[in-house]
This record gives sequence, C-alpha cells and structure tokens, in this order.
Amino acid sequence: MAVRTFDVATIRKDFPIFETGIAYLDSANTSQRPRQVTSAMMEYFERYNSNIHRAAYAIAETATEHYEATREKVRAFINAASTKEIIYTRGTTEGINLVAASWGRANIRSGDLIVLTLLDHHSNIVPWQLLAADKGARVEYVDIDDKGELRLDQFADLLKRGPKLVAFNLISNALGTVNPAAEMVAQAKAAGATVLVDGAQSTPHQPVDVRALGCDFYAFSGHKMLGPTGAGILYGRRELLEAMPPFMSGGDMIKTVRIEGTMFHELPWKFEAGTQAIAEVIGLGAAVDYLTGLGMDAVRAHEREITEYAFEALSEIEGLTLYGPPPSRRAGVISFSIAGIHPHDLATIADRDQVCVRAGHHCAMPLMTRLGVAATSRASFYVYTEKDEVDRLVGSIKEAQRIFS
Amino acid sequence: MSTSAADDQFYREYILDHYKNPRNFGRLEHPDISHEEDNPLCGDVIGMDFKIEDGVIEDIRFHGRGCAISQASASLLTERLKGMALEEAKKIDKADVLGELGIQISPARIKCALLSLKVLKVGAYGLANDEEGE
Repeated sequence: MAVRTFDVATIRKDFPIFETGIAYLDSANTSQRPRQVTSAMMEYFERYNSNIHRAAYAIAETATEHYEATREKVRAFINAASTKEIIYTRGTTEGINLVAASWGRANIRSGDLIVLTLLDHHSNIVPWQLLAADKGARVEYVDIDDKGELRLDQFADLLKRGPKLVAFNLISNALGTVNPAAEMVAQAKAAGATVLVDGAQSTPHQPVDVRALGCDFYAFSGHKMLGPTGAGILYGRRELLEAMPPFMSGGDMIKTVRIEGTMFHELPWKFEAGTQAIAEVIGLGAAVDYLTGLGMDAVRAHEREITEYAFEALSEIEGLTLYGPPPSRRAGVISFSIAGIHPHDLATIADRDQVCVRAGHHCAMPLMTRLGVAATSRASFYVYTEKDEVDRLVGSIKEAQRIFS
Repeated sequence: MSTSAADDQFYREYILDHYKNPRNFGRLEHPDISHEEDNPLCGDVIGMDFKIEDGVIEDIRFHGRGCAISQASASLLTERLKGMALEEAKKIDKADVLGELGIQISPARIKCALLSLKVLKVGAYGLANDEEGE
C-alpha cells in the first residue's frame, strides 16, 4: 500500500466525528474510527452478512475471506512469522486472560514467581493475581523511579529469583512511559521466563516487530488503533500455542467431536470458539490498512511533535503537576494534576468546551497509590490530533482555575 | 471561553464554598460509628465519624478526598445530619441529597454526588441494625 503524506487536516476529514466540533484528547482510552473502517463494516452488514467457516454459498465465502484477510494484515503489521500465531480476541484483556487461563493453568505451579510492574494496567495485573491465588504462586511488582520509569535494577534482581512468567506493558497507559521492552524481554528470556508484553498502547502508536521484540505473547486491542470495539489480537509463539490447552470451547474450535471426546482444531482456530465478531475483525483489518497507509514511523513522529507541544504548553500553567518522563521518552499520553482542582471537575468544565479529557485512575490503581494520588487528568493523542485541540485543553484548564480561584 | 452563566449551573458559589471550606471536616476522637466508602470509578474516598447519644447524631465529621461535587455533597449532608435522630437520618434518600445540591448532575457524576449518602447508609444504618439486635 502506498504511504500517504502525513497531513493532519486531510486525515481529520476521514473522521466524521470531528464535524461535531469536539476536541478529542482521550485516544489512549479508545480511538476514533475513520470512514474506511466503518464502511468496511457496513459493507459486510449490507452486502455479504453471513457466518464464516461454515456455509457453502458465495457471500459466506466472501465473509470468510475478508475475516481471514485481517489475520495476514495483522501478521504483517507486527511482523509475526505466521498467521497461525495471530489469535482473534475481543481485546487486550481477553488476550491476557487467555494466556493466564490456558498457558498459566498448565504451567504455573505452587511457589512459582510472576513478575509484573507498577506501570501495568489492571488487565495485566488481575488475571495474574487470580492465577497466583489459584496456584499458590507469588506476584512481585517492579517499582518505578521518580520520573515514572521502571527500576531496571530491581527488575534485574527479581529476574535472579527465576520467575516463571514476566508480564509488562510496552507503553504505560497512565503515564505514557515507553519501557525498554526489547532489553527487558531479552533479560527475562535469559533468566528462563516466559514473557508476555501488553501492547495495548504501543501497537496503535509506533512500529511493532514481535520477532525483534522476542516476546512469547503480545496482546492488543483493535479499538485503540482506529478499529471497532470487540476485536483484538493475541500473538503467541507457535510452539507455545501448539502446546497450550484451549481457552474457550465449543463450535468452530474443534476438528471432530465424539461422545468419547474431542479433537481440537489447529491453530489459530483452536482458540476461537463460537461465532466470532466478524464485522469487527473486518473493521480491524481496515484499520490496519489505514495505519499501514500512513506509515507507523510517521504516526510516531506526529505524536511526538504533538506531545512535545502539549508538554510545553501544560508546563507553563501555574499549579499544574506533570507525571512521568520527559517527552523524548514517552508516548502521546500526558497525565497531570492541578492544585485545588479535582480531575473530575476539570473534565466536567472541559466537557462544556467540547474538550474530551480523561479523569480517573486509568485502571492503574497500584500506580496511582505509588504516585500518592487518587486520580489524574490525562490527555492522549493520535493520528488526528492537532495543536488546536491542545490549545483548547489549555483554555479549559485556565477556565477551571478561574472558577476555582 | 465559556460563559459564567454556564458555570453558575454547576459550580455554583455555595458548591465551591463547601468544597473550599468544608463544614465538619476532620475526625472525631472516639466515634460511635466510623465508616468509609470509595468510588471505584475514580478512587475517591469519603469517610464519616458519628457521635451518637440517645439515638441522636450529636456530632459528625467527614474526611477523604474527592471532587467538588463529592466534597460539597458530604459537607452539606453533615450539616443536615448534625443533631438529627438516626431514625430521621434513615429517611434521607437520593432525591434529598441531589435536591440539596440544587444542580443538574450528569449520569457520569451522580456517584460523586451520592458517595456521602452511601457512607451514611452503610455506616450508620449498619450500626442501627446491630443495636436492634442487642
């Protein structure tokens, strides 16, 4: 696919939602979707709506082809070795739960160590806590330093204790910290651990190469990368996936079912039980096409420019505290607090100016506790973010300060 | 920027006053009831200490952290509760609390507005039930 020139004004025309006049600064939560994605889904609904992998008529074959085509698009997008390694899920949460329930139940034993980090999202904490409680395993968390970056010295110490599993996010959804993932994966693998990387925030925003990264599992969501909700991906190294028991069971994941027992389907379908989110997977394929067309290096460069601009604009506001590392070492996410103004109040005041900004703990309560706050405000950026939206946020903050003065 | 008329609908002067100068804020030394609740959506916490004599709320303090709406709502509620019989306090419901705030609360913020009522219900009614059992 030809790479387009990166022009935000042109890109915004693909996103009808901006005709409403909103400034959307919550893409780390969920992204907007371009017409290319919604039309691909509408085309399925209106032209070849049918179930996949079953029927022998033409529209069902078209549906199956489009559904399976997304797998190859995703494989290429993250540079996996084979489409057998690309499992459709509902999103990152389901992908991690799949690994915890399938690989985890088969491999984690009493006394085993699981290493997570304080930067992790609840979706990469709770499944492991449940697994650990079930198996009598232990969970340890890598702390952060004052800049909101992982304490790699402590990570190295924990690795010396021989963890069975290491799981962490490549980019923190709450602080935007970009973790040195390749280095961490290499160290964890050298220590004999199986490694899962939560790619929910990295896949939409920068080039990803799972083979260069070297991890065993990599999970992400479609809805944060211009795709619809309800479709996500779990990448797993083939030999691990082959050895793993099924996660959900039922139709479409079997080869033969007899009353004595069942032969499971081969990869990747072994992990895809029941009727799938067909339209959503097709929409995800269109989102991958869109991002590939823009070029992920260009996406990253645009977000860095916006992030630097926003970081500087926010730094100039009196009484505003920024959390996390400097713009050069973070993704397009900025968490902050304002003296005397609760994040919810700021979000309400910003909302009146049609500025959508997140307030809350960002599903990272251990991190909020570590920072000593209950909640922060968070602005996050994407391919369509323009400086004017950042300016409008600054305006809303000043308005909030006036009201609360 | 947005007009002050819009501000007045939500961040009215008395709401901001209760937020900045919360009434009955702090802790009681030997409370008869002490209870805390949090809002799982945002991690905000409100706790209340009650001093009860002959079934009447003789003294009350609240503590915690939260947005203007949750703090003002708690402050207003403690003002109302001080000197009130527990049996009377039981009758306070959502509509009363929202009415007292006197502003239009969006669905997203309703939990903020009602957090202090939850503390009262779970904390104070729980104790009242225990007493009935004795």
